[in-house]
Amino acid sequence: MIRRFNWLVLYAAGFLAFLYAPALLLPVFAVNDSSVVAFPLKGLTLDWFRLLFDSAALHSAAMNSVAVAASASVGSTILGLGTARAIARHRFALKKGIVGFIMIPLVLPEIIVGVSMLVLLLALGLELSLLSIILGHILICTPFSVVVLSASFANLDRNLEEVAIDLGETVWSSFRRVTLPLVVPGIAASLLITFTISFDEFIIAFFLAGTETTLPVYIWSQLRFPARLPSVMALGTLILAASLALLVLAERLRRRVAATSPGAPELGAP
Amino acid sequence: MPAHPHPLGRPFESMQLSGRSGLQVPIGAALAAPALAYALLLLAVPLAALAVLSFWTQDYLQLDRTFTFENFRVAWTEPVYRALMLRSLWVSALVTAITILIALPMACFVSFHVKPERKPLWVFLVTVPFWTSYLLRIFLWKVILGYNGVVNGTLTGLGIIQEPLTFILYNLSAVVVTLSHAWVPLAFLPIFISLERVDRALLDAAADLGENAASRFLRVTLPLAMPGIVGAALIVFVPTVGDYVTPKLVGGPEGLLIANMIELQFKSANNAPLGAALATSAMLVVGAIAALFLWLCSRHLGTARP
Repeated sequence: MIRRFNWLVLYAAGFLAFLYAPALLLPVFAVNDSSVVAFPLKGLTLDWFRLLFDSAALHSAAMNSVAVAASASVGSTILGLGTARAIARHRFALKKGIVGFIMIPLVLPEIIVGVSMLVLLLALGLELSLLSIILGHILICTPFSVVVLSASFANLDRNLEEVAIDLGETVWSSFRRVTLPLVVPGIAASLLITFTISFDEFIIAFFLAGTETTLPVYIWSQLRFPARLPSVMALGTLILAASLALLVLAERLRRRVAATSPGAPELGAP
Repeated sequence: MPAHPHPLGRPFESMQLSGRSGLQVPIGAALAAPALAYALLLLAVPLAALAVLSFWTQDYLQLDRTFTFENFRVAWTEPVYRALMLRSLWVSALVTAITILIALPMACFVSFHVKPERKPLWVFLVTVPFWTSYLLRIFLWKVILGYNGVVNGTLTGLGIIQEPLTFILYNLSAVVVTLSHAWVPLAFLPIFISLERVDRALLDAAADLGENAASRFLRVTLPLAMPGIVGAALIVFVPTVGDYVTPKLVGGPEGLLIANMIELQFKSANNAPLGAALATSAMLVVGAIAALFLWLCSRHLGTARP
């Protein structure tokens, strides 16, 4: 038992090192004073970060990404809210099939979502724009929102709502005044997680982008030019730090929800 | 709802229950309706459009709307497309197996050896890389495996090799390594969740009955973890068949996969119908494999269950 324990601890350390080692290269090359992204390292510099401030294309891509991610997170969380509530509280015909269908984008290759929406939008004669990216992102973010929100609905004490109804609240007002405040941390977690997913998504944005692009599409276009790589590394460092901050915040909120019940499903549980 | 001691409690309760469930039928469906309508409009309809397009043909920019199986004949018989499809399936199968093998001991560690209050932190640590900078995490493998990369730099620095190794980047192995690294957090989750559901008393019982650690793992833990392993296999295998970024960045010419061909047909080759046929075929093949896999698993696990 003791020997197996030691072996697994060693394994876990190796696993985390393997998982995180590539990401650690981002900040290393972001401050490396060389225009070539390769070893050995040269001196220390902040020039690559400074270059980021001068790129107008980068700024507009970043603003687009924030707008797309904000819209996608609000849209998918609204859809997820209804679905999660239906899963937790209601029985209805074809429930399994309906919920399963809503969750399909979770396993569907993103390229399929991208090309099929491209075909439809072009067939309808619609112009590709940031809106088409938002529509695609809402589709793939909704299942994640459903998972996060289902956990917070499942942990609610059902009696609270019934007491409220007994005390004269309507179904809707008991939801608004009792349930909603209790699931607000879950909603916030859903908003943050779907924001991160949309902000990071590349393939769908790559297929559905019109003249305006998002940050990952911009980064993709930069990867072709070796001279731009060091500043891409600097940009990646900033994005990594920002998404890490968002996810840590989301996890804290989720844990506040989970604190009411030990059996809360983990993030991403199907 | 607590049981009511009063004799009138039961009928009242059940009356209320039936009354509520009568009311809930429309509410539940209505709550899920917006998401369902959205998925129908932006997933089912586009997939139908993709399927329809795959039966048409295109000559440069001219779309010919005559119904034909020509694209599917090309997609299924031309050696280049067949090779790409088989290669994609092979890579995904390999990646699935590797991620499960790597994630399983980690899931065992977190589930069995981490204190309950620390578990959420560990799960967060393992899964968080999956949500951040997919593009750059893939690209970093190019930096790691490249000519002046981390691996070559270290090996030449240590004097183990004189010339940088060129065979480690731009091939299928690089694609498999990179994809495995990117998807291992997702394989971890379902396995961990199924291990969390394992009744610890069963493990104690096995130990009391004289099983050693290895046979206890093989005969108790592993069978009980099977639902999670099956889930992990599906959520890694299906999406990785469609991965576009990894083969494009680290695959080189011999490491390209079906998604790259689909993109090529839609964009520079200007043959969207063939691209649609390739995408539809890929989806059907992957769907069929997933269904067969699930059927085999449910049959096997169904008979294995006590």
